[in-house]
Amino acid sequence: MAAPSSRYERILYPVDWLEERSGLVGGVKYFLFRKVPGDTNWFQTLGSATLTAFLIQAVTGVILAMYYKPDPQNAYPSIVHITNDLWAGWLVRGMHRWGASVFIILMFLHMGRVFLFGAYKYPRELNWIIGVLLLALGLAEGFTGYLLPWDQTSYWATTVGININGSAPFLGPFLAQFLQGGTFINADTLSRFYAIHMLLLPGAIFALIGLHLYLVIRLGVTSPPWSKHPAGSGPVTPPAVPPRTGLTEPTPRGGSVRG
Amino acid sequence: MPLETDLEPSREHPHVPGPSLWPAGFAVGVVALLVGIVVNWVIVGIGAVIAAAFGFLWARDVARGRGLADAPEVEPERRDGRGAPKTHEAPRTTYGRSAFLEIGTLGIGGLIGGLVTLPALGFMLMPAFLKQKSGAHDLGPLTDYPEGEFVVATFMTNPAQGEVSRRTAFVRNNGVVNNVPSFTIISNHCAHLGCPVQPLTAVPPQHKLYRDVTLIPLPTPPSGFSCPCHGGAYDTEGNRTGGPPVRALDRYLFSIRNEHLFLEAPYSVSHVDGVGASARIHKYTFSFPGEHLDGPESWLYPIQPPH
Repeated sequence: MAAPSSRYERILYPVDWLEERSGLVGGVKYFLFRKVPGDTNWFQTLGSATLTAFLIQAVTGVILAMYYKPDPQNAYPSIVHITNDLWAGWLVRGMHRWGASVFIILMFLHMGRVFLFGAYKYPRELNWIIGVLLLALGLAEGFTGYLLPWDQTSYWATTVGININGSAPFLGPFLAQFLQGGTFINADTLSRFYAIHMLLLPGAIFALIGLHLYLVIRLGVTSPPWSKHPAGSGPVTPPAVPPRTGLTEPTPRGGSVRG
Repeated sequence: MPLETDLEPSREHPHVPGPSLWPAGFAVGVVALLVGIVVNWVIVGIGAVIAAAFGFLWARDVARGRGLADAPEVEPERRDGRGAPKTHEAPRTTYGRSAFLEIGTLGIGGLIGGLVTLPALGFMLMPAFLKQKSGAHDLGPLTDYPEGEFVVATFMTNPAQGEVSRRTAFVRNNGVVNNVPSFTIISNHCAHLGCPVQPLTAVPPQHKLYRDVTLIPLPTPPSGFSCPCHGGAYDTEGNRTGGPPVRALDRYLFSIRNEHLFLEAPYSVSHVDGVGASARIHKYTFSFPGEHLDGPESWLYPIQPPH
C-alpha cells in the first residue's frame, strides 16, 4: 500500500489498514449497502427492530447478571437491591423487564409482516423456519426469565407453566421433571432456569440470528405485494464508481442503494 | 474423457444409498437405549445390543459398498431427440490415503466429541430423575392431631435446602379403627396445575412449632378445599367437586413410630369412595398435576419418570 498522501487518505488510513488485512470493511459495506427494492416499506424495519430489542435484552441482561444472585435465599433480596439501592438499577432492570415484552411483541409483528407480504415463499422458506425457531426460543426466554425475581407471582406462574408442560402426552412428565430438576421445584430449579435463560437460549438465539441474517443478505429483501416493479427488474450491472471511495460511498461490490 | 472426472468419480456419477433396513434397526436400538436410561437398565442393555448389531451390519454393508446403488444414469436430452453419446466409464473404486485420513479424522473427532459430550449431557439430565425419594418426615407427636379435626401441617422435605423445600399437607386423625390408627393426609398441590389449595374455612394465625414443622389446627371444619389459581374445588376427602382438575388431590402414606406421625411417600388418587377411616382410595403412582389416572385419557401417560 502506498503511503497516505492526501488528508482524506490519512483519515481513512486505519480503515485501509484493517481492510487490507481482513477484508472486513468490504464485508461491512456488502452488508450495509446491499440492493433493496425501490418500494421497500417501513414495515420492513420490524426485523431490525426485533434485533435491536434482542441486543438490548442481551446487554442489560449481562449487566443485571453482575448483581443478581440465583439461589433461593438471595434471589429476591438481590432483585430488591438492584431495584432500590443500586445507581440506575431500577432503569436497567426496567429496560430488561419491559424490553422482554417489546421483544416478544416485535417478533410477532415481524412475523405478521413476513406473512402478509408473502415473504416466506420460495426461496425464503428456510428463513421462515429459522424465524419460527427463534420465536420458540424467545418465548422460552420469557418463560425462564419470569422465574428469576423469585417472588410469589413468578414462583406460582412457573409452577403452573412447568405443570402445563407436564400434562403434555407421553414425554410431558419427563419434560416437567427435567425443567424443575426434580419431582418438585427445589433449590436447583432457580439456578437451572438462570443458566438456561442467560447461557443456553441466548447462545442458540445468537447463532440462529446469524443464520437468519445470512439468508436475508443472500436472498435479498422482498418487494411489498403492491409493488409495480416486476421481480428482478433492477439494473443488471452496478454503476461504475471510482476506486477506494471509503465507507461513505457505496462501491460496486456492495451495489448501490440508489440503483 | 476429461481428467477431472477420473479423479472425482463421485461428482460425475453419484452414489445413492440403496434400500436397507440396517439404519432403521440402528435407530430403534438408540431410541431403546435412551428410553432405557430413564426406565430400566435392562432396556439400556437391549437397546445397546440392537444398536451395536445393526450398526455393525450397516457399517459392513457400507464398507463393502454393497448398500450403495449407482444412481440411475439419465442421458442428457438433445434437440434431435436422440440420447447423448455415452462418455462415462464405470468409476474406479479407490480407498486411498486421503479417504482413510478423512474417515480417521472424522471417526476420532466424533469419538472424542462423544466422550466429552455424553457425560455432560447426562449430568444435565440425570440428577432430575435419580435419588428423588425423600425419607419419612417426622410431623410431631400424635397428641397434636385431635380426632376428627383437620390440621394444616407445613414441613421442609429437605431442611438443608431451606424454605424452598417446604410443603403443606392437610392432616385429619380419623381415630382408631380395629386397633389401627387412621389418618387422612391430603397434599395441598392442586391436581390441575399444582397451585396451593386452601381449606374453605377460617385459618387462625396461631400455630404450633415442632422442629421444622408448623401445625395450624382448624377450629371449624372446612367444607372442602379450593384453589386460588383457576378455581379447582374439592371436598374434604380431596375428591374433585368442580373446576378444571382432572382427579382428586394427592395423598401421603404415613407411619407411626414412638407415638409420632411420620409422613411417607406421596401418591396420586383418581377418586375416593366413602369418607375417613372407611374410605376406599383409588391409588396410583405419584403423577404430575394435570395427568389423568384412569379412563382413556390416562393412556396418554404410559410411563412416569422415576420419583
